Amino acid sequence: MEFLGITLPSYGWPTIAGSAISGVFLGSIYALVALGLTLIYGVLHIINFAHGALLMLAMYAVYFLWSTFGIDPYLAMLIVVPGGFFFGYGLQRFVIGKASHGRDEIILLVTLGVSIVIENAALFFFSATERSVRVPYDLDGIDLGVTWAVYPELAALGGSFLITLALWVFMSRTDTGKAIRAVAKERQGAQLMGINVEHIFAVTFGIGVACVAAAASLLVPTYAVHPQIGSLFVLIAFTVVVLGGMGSFVGALVGGFLIGITEQLGRLYLGESLGVITISVIFILVLLFRPTGLFGAKS
Amino acid sequence: MGPLRVSRKWRAAMLKLKNLQAGYGQMKVLHGVDLTISDGEIVALLGSNGAGKSTLNNNLSGVYKPTGGQILFEGQDITGMRSESVVDLGIVQVPEGRRIFPNMSIRENLELGSYRRGKERRTENIDKVVAIFPRLKERFGQLAGTLSGGEQQMLAIGRAMMSEPRLLILDEPSLGLSPLLVEEMFSLIQSLNKEGLSIFLVEQNVMQSLEIADRAYVMENGSVVLSGAAADLIDDPDLKKSYLGL
Repeated sequence: MEFLGITLPSYGWPTIAGSAISGVFLGSIYALVALGLTLIYGVLHIINFAHGALLMLAMYAVYFLWSTFGIDPYLAMLIVVPGGFFFGYGLQRFVIGKASHGRDEIILLVTLGVSIVIENAALFFFSATERSVRVPYDLDGIDLGVTWAVYPELAALGGSFLITLALWVFMSRTDTGKAIRAVAKERQGAQLMGINVEHIFAVTFGIGVACVAAAASLLVPTYAVHPQIGSLFVLIAFTVVVLGGMGSFVGALVGGFLIGITEQLGRLYLGESLGVITISVIFILVLLFRPTGLFGAKS
Repeated sequence: MGPLRVSRKWRAAMLKLKNLQAGYGQMKVLHGVDLTISDGEIVALLGSNGAGKSTLNNNLSGVYKPTGGQILFEGQDITGMRSESVVDLGIVQVPEGRRIFPNMSIRENLELGSYRRGKERRTENIDKVVAIFPRLKERFGQLAGTLSGGEQQMLAIGRAMMSEPRLLILDEPSLGLSPLLVEEMFSLIQSLNKEGLSIFLVEQNVMQSLEIADRAYVMENGSVVLSGAAADLIDDPDLKKSYLGL
């Protein structure tokens, strides 16, 4: 088979299925990172440029909890998820919100500034050295026939579903969740009902960072931590958000899987380095033909 | 109108604006407004577009902070108070353009009306609201954005009622409604008032507002130019001349 002058290798279906399944696992991590991003976009109407830096920071937190106290990366979730929430809440309420004076273009620049500060601080304090967590079970797993799924991959998949479900329940059942949705569409109407808009913005940002912290816990057993790791994931997460539809949870989940599968199949056919461009191709195609994304509302 | 309404004049003052000044940045909009609403009254604030009516409302509701003067609610100074606390006190605004939550169901809109009151009397209050607006009940699960203009206005008032207000501020409730619905809206406002709710009615619809109000203020360019009992203002030649241009 030939594609754009490149001779593509031909594979049997077990190899293709195996590759697609590993794409689903990879996609679940993308979905988790994208979930926080799409939530923050949907409510605050800004793209959080600090998202990748916060992911990296959370990964370091998970790493140090393991290396210093011997806390298992999954168990560390109990610490980094609430920690991420409060960090994000404070960051929005006392830094981003205060510095932006309510102007969206300034919020954008402030989040960019925050990411530069965090990344360089990480470089200064932690150096560029890659660090990885070793867990005893990182190579154990179950045989799916066409591929071998290790426990960290299964945990990532299960985790992304559970967190999406939890978020959906929170947004549709609790008063705070409903207030978040109200503020997203009608700020002044919400304020007149006595909803504290700044508080809701900060809660939303906090939940977004908590999602990233959960993603960090699920990532650390399979990915080495270094100061640039965040930008790697967040660039893909942007694509996931655009593909799924800005502000849509289901979009983030489905978009994550689609991108993960595309990336793995791309790697299978085009090789490790060229395979990744399939993501950018999808990104451009979505922008050209369906700018609102798969699940985005037409506004 | 009747003797009952006149007797309300000597009821205790609920809300008092003293020399209220407000604006946006360098632009001054309100140049010292004095206004009183007594417990149980319907007070109308009349004026054309740009007279400063909505600015006054939003300073009352804590959306903006006044640049000078005082707002007193039952003797308590609430000038510059945050919106949440204003709602807690029982002052609730139904804003111009309704500003309902279009992406949420009728039920969720009503639930959020009681955001500051919690879940304690929520079901009970929803029942009360749908008793007033049976049409909302029929569309309980429907998204608010799909409602007609009149239904949206009912939802906006119902949502405000969920917070158990004592003073309801209505900003242009008749805007964009058909004459028949306007009629319905005004008689509804009257019946809410009869239940004991004080009402601050901000309107461009002069004649119909004066018919249901106890007293009225007329605003022009950020100042009150005329005020008095609604019954007197209806026949006031100044109102007809200066405001209505008759």
